[in-house]
Amino acid sequence: MTERPLISVRGTRALNNPDRLQARRLEDREAVAVLDDVGVSFGGVPAVGGVTLRVPQHSILALIGPSGSGKTTVLRAINRMHDRTRGSRVTGSVTLGDLDVYGPRTDPVVLRSRIGMVFQRPNPFPTMNIYQNVISGLRFAGVRRKALLDEAAESALISAGLWEEVRHRLHSPVTSLSGGQQQRVCIARALAVEPEVLLMDEPTSALDPAATLRIEQLLTELSERVSIVIVTHNMQQAARVSEYCAFLLPDEDRVGRLIEVGDTETIFTTPSDGRTDDYITGRFG
Amino acid sequence: MTSPSTAPVDPVSADPNAERRAEIRQTTLARLGRRKLTSRAAQVACVAALVAVLVPLFAVIGYTIKRGIGAWSTGFFTHLPTPTGISGGGIHNAIIGTLIIDAMATIMVVPVGVGAALYLARTDTRLASTLRFGADVLAGIPSIVIGIFAYTLLVVTLGHFSAISASFALAVLMLPIIVRSSEIALRAVPKDLLEAGAALGMRESTVMLRIALPFALPGVVTGVLLGVARAAGETAPLLFTAIGSQYWSISLTRPIAAMPLVIFLNGIQAYKDLQQIAWGTALALILMVLVINVGARVWTARIRRSMR
Repeated sequence: MTERPLISVRGTRALNNPDRLQARRLEDREAVAVLDDVGVSFGGVPAVGGVTLRVPQHSILALIGPSGSGKTTVLRAINRMHDRTRGSRVTGSVTLGDLDVYGPRTDPVVLRSRIGMVFQRPNPFPTMNIYQNVISGLRFAGVRRKALLDEAAESALISAGLWEEVRHRLHSPVTSLSGGQQQRVCIARALAVEPEVLLMDEPTSALDPAATLRIEQLLTELSERVSIVIVTHNMQQAARVSEYCAFLLPDEDRVGRLIEVGDTETIFTTPSDGRTDDYITGRFG
Repeated sequence: MTSPSTAPVDPVSADPNAERRAEIRQTTLARLGRRKLTSRAAQVACVAALVAVLVPLFAVIGYTIKRGIGAWSTGFFTHLPTPTGISGGGIHNAIIGTLIIDAMATIMVVPVGVGAALYLARTDTRLASTLRFGADVLAGIPSIVIGIFAYTLLVVTLGHFSAISASFALAVLMLPIIVRSSEIALRAVPKDLLEAGAALGMRESTVMLRIALPFALPGVVTGVLLGVARAAGETAPLLFTAIGSQYWSISLTRPIAAMPLVIFLNGIQAYKDLQQIAWGTALALILMVLVINVGARVWTARIRRSMR
């Protein structure tokens, strides 16, 4: 038995959910999105390269790795957020279902209506109330039917675990909520458009432990209906919530590389790459 | 496949959200064409608005070049004006006069304007908001009124027209522009930088001067140069203060020539060659202001890059 002092494997989700043990191998899972040899550069300087990754359906995939390993960059390549950054270039291919994400005929607006995103800091629209925030994605997409909007808002808020707290004050300013609540409004806002994939960029790093716990509990339930990709700095969090883990590391040219990907239990107990082992046991990074 | 009647759980209806999801997808796709059209129309409208802004700009510049370039020669920039009727006069004294007036005005206004901005950016007292309101009111005062003000205050008191009174009038004119743009630049300094300074034991004044001001410097300089560009073309205040001159003078206490005055005074004459001088001067003035503006932008862009 090797010594593993820093991360308790007992917390990993795969071990806690024995029914998940079937079809655990990532290769056996159906993929909702596939990244093939994805590279991203900014102003000609490569940030990540050669990332090939399958995003398993109705599951939680965590992107882990030290700062500068390109976790967030990979995440943002999935919904073409890099389009909005001048001088950025994405190579390789990403597919969502049968949609070629970077295909010449693909409209990023349509694409993003199928992919939700939650950011590091809660960013609800401060000029809108809670209800307006949650349905904003639908409104922008052209949904007008009041009954549908109300239904979607309720369902999204229930899924975000916020319904009971806000049902009687849906029209209060969103700024009257706590940071954790605001982040759950953002999750509800992303869910309301019924995305197939939910991208989360360190969604709890600006929250206190209680609010973090709330959101972590939520993720497992959410993964029943949406495929989640989560970037996290926090190893324990990755171990607690994710089913699969992708480990990234910058190479000697500071280009983020995918070192290893697999089910979380394997990554945390018997990784195949020595660098993963070093990082997870806290020997560096 | 099981038949529908025997299937206890149909995977689609098992998902309570399936129906809603389908409607959302459908609506999204149905509205997509219209959204694209609206977006396209909005883009076209924005470009049209941009063109509407640029047309007068290029029309003015183009027309001034057409009318003014004929006046340009080496002598135009190096000679003094000649008496009416004698050709070959230049605007050398007016160029130098404008540079002196504007430079002195800038020297006067920058410490006051930036100082006021430092105060306004850090304080939210009633005094601060009163001052801010005052600056806005000052920005709305017609420049000719500021000219009369400088006339009564300085010209009458000193007993004669002078370059320094013109600088004073322009400084008053530039003040609100500089105060407000510097305040905006200073307020845009990230709060955590200011807190980092305060946490190191800096006084509030030190934080503003040593942390906030260097960070906001590109914005402050842009504001100052915009103020200069604005003041350089002002004519009305100069009429009451510098008055203009046909002669060479670099004295701050004597009447002095200035480019806007040359444009005004020659432009209203009936003689073709005097009007020609006015056009030539106008072109030179536009170019001067353009150089200031472009220079400011290039400089601030470089500073901003180095801070990243």
